[in-house]
Amino acid sequence: MNSETILTASNVRKYFPIKEGIVKAVDGVSFSIKYGETLALVGESGSGKTTTGHVIMGFYTPDAGELIFKGRYSLSTPIKKRDLELKRDIQIVFQDPGTSLNPKHMVKDIVGLPLRIHRLSQSSSIYSRVAELLDFVGLGADFMFKYPSELGGGEKQLVAIARALAPNPSFIILDESTSALDVSSQAKVLKTLSRIQREHNISYLLITHDLGVVRNISHRVMIMYLGKIYEEAATEEFFHRPLHPYTQMLLSSIPTLTEDDEAIKPKGVESVGETPSALNPPKGCRFHTRCPFAKPICSERDPPDVVVDSGHIVRCWLYE
Amino acid sequence: MLLEIEDLHVHYKSYWYVQKVLNGVWLRMSEGERVGIIGETGSGKTTLLKSVLKILPQNSLIPRGTIKYKDVDILKSGEATLASIRRKEIGMIFQDPMAALNPVFKVKDQLHDVIKYKLLSEGHNPSKEEIRGHALRALDDVKLPDHDRVLESYPFQLSGGMRQRVMIAMALISAGKLLLADEPTTNIDVTIQDQILRLIDRLVKERGLSAILVSHALGMVRQMTDRSYVLYAGDVMEEASTDELFNHPMHPYTSLLISSAPKISTRDIGEGIRGKLPDYRSPPQGCRFAPRCPYAMEKCYTVKPKRTIVNSAHIVACHLYE
Repeated sequence: MNSETILTASNVRKYFPIKEGIVKAVDGVSFSIKYGETLALVGESGSGKTTTGHVIMGFYTPDAGELIFKGRYSLSTPIKKRDLELKRDIQIVFQDPGTSLNPKHMVKDIVGLPLRIHRLSQSSSIYSRVAELLDFVGLGADFMFKYPSELGGGEKQLVAIARALAPNPSFIILDESTSALDVSSQAKVLKTLSRIQREHNISYLLITHDLGVVRNISHRVMIMYLGKIYEEAATEEFFHRPLHPYTQMLLSSIPTLTEDDEAIKPKGVESVGETPSALNPPKGCRFHTRCPFAKPICSERDPPDVVVDSGHIVRCWLYE
Repeated sequence: MLLEIEDLHVHYKSYWYVQKVLNGVWLRMSEGERVGIIGETGSGKTTLLKSVLKILPQNSLIPRGTIKYKDVDILKSGEATLASIRRKEIGMIFQDPMAALNPVFKVKDQLHDVIKYKLLSEGHNPSKEEIRGHALRALDDVKLPDHDRVLESYPFQLSGGMRQRVMIAMALISAGKLLLADEPTTNIDVTIQDQILRLIDRLVKERGLSAILVSHALGMVRQMTDRSYVLYAGDVMEEASTDELFNHPMHPYTSLLISSAPKISTRDIGEGIRGKLPDYRSPPQGCRFAPRCPYAMEKCYTVKPKRTIVNSAHIVACHLYE
């Protein structure tokens, strides 16, 4: 066990049985996250990225595989059976701050709640700690006496971030945390998240579909499609040398803002087809139905992980 | 001139207060042009599109302004003229197909109605077979395979991408001249979004349509349009050819917005814009962006900036350039 690693996931599976069959939402996913690192988990709807995050949180227990946190905790236990200490250490910021903040509570009580639960402050000093936290995320103490309805979208999300920071976690899951925001408020939230990470050495798992956001705050990127991870690389490498055909299709689908952005897009991989249902994923490589380079073997056998460079792994028969 | 909007004001009233949303919007487009409207949530962009078709909600009122479509004064026209325009001249792709399609009718029924009334308004009473023929062609145009299944489905039985294609097919039937697209790809995955945008682009070109694309996604507007307007809190801030706008934004709002958008080629990202959208019940007196503007001067808070023509391709409404 590497002492730099905060979280290791090996071969995690989560299936959901429904009337029509079994949805293989997460189907054998392995990765690790270092202290102070941001790992981006990128995928489109139905790829299983949120389920992966929720398994780590303990909202679901994995059906198979192992998740080890800080070398000593197993995350295979549901959240209700976890130690208070473990629950304190892993926090989450949800997508929609409009629904994840209680509209009837003032900001001081929203941010103060984790302090009470984890008994982190004397009751007399809770509000001074809340004020500190609000200052830290760049809102200022005068936000304490406001209700969520009085705040803009970006401000609400900063409150949600202050709440996640309150119990001093070492790991935060950002589940599409900026997707509901306008770009003008998103920029501030992203900057704040980077600063918090630098100052507190917190690890992030950034779950998102937005590659622009990934480029801005993550150190490494993983691409997920229908329950499996198909490519993993350091951010710079990822954007300059995307290897998997699906990654190339994703990048080439982004509407760009500048000529530099346009230049970085892979050429010749036009998006075709729809994502198949996770209930009945294609045999072999799950992307072969939409892949412009598919070979006969792709529809028969699952491709192996190919290590192209240190840290750059692609799961594709083209690189075998 | 195909469409000419001047000094358009739209208010929404409720029992207690009036929200002054559009505050003197202008827009001009000639035939064959593809125009973009950039605006964040709540900037009034959907209100603007809906006023073009005069399909604003009941509680709206238009105290001032004109909308001229060709020679027709939309705001003064009667229902008959408007119905004919909505059926065969201007089509609209609505933001959320799940909300815009009727959940209790099959796609077939909804699509057939649109076709029937379009043909009726052209003075032609179509037979059932004719309507079906048109419907199949409409589905082919938007590359929806599996016609029978789609036609016999209820909207919830289709994927998000397929619903959006059905919406586009319906909009195109009535878009004889002008296509209005209101955030045509919200909640759609990026690879599917790319397919939909290419489809709209191709159909608009093939049919020689004019189009207005409204979106908060800057990249989308940049790729799809020739000329763009920037809307903030119900005011047009800037108008320019799309290239010019993205390469040389002049209004502080536009440049802050563009610099705040994450890019894939660089880690550089702006600071964002402080504050939030004003309350439409009591909007700022002068420039509506003044309370959030880092360059605001005294008169920005009291006097509404005039349109300043910078060059033939660029108009900006800001005191900095007057």
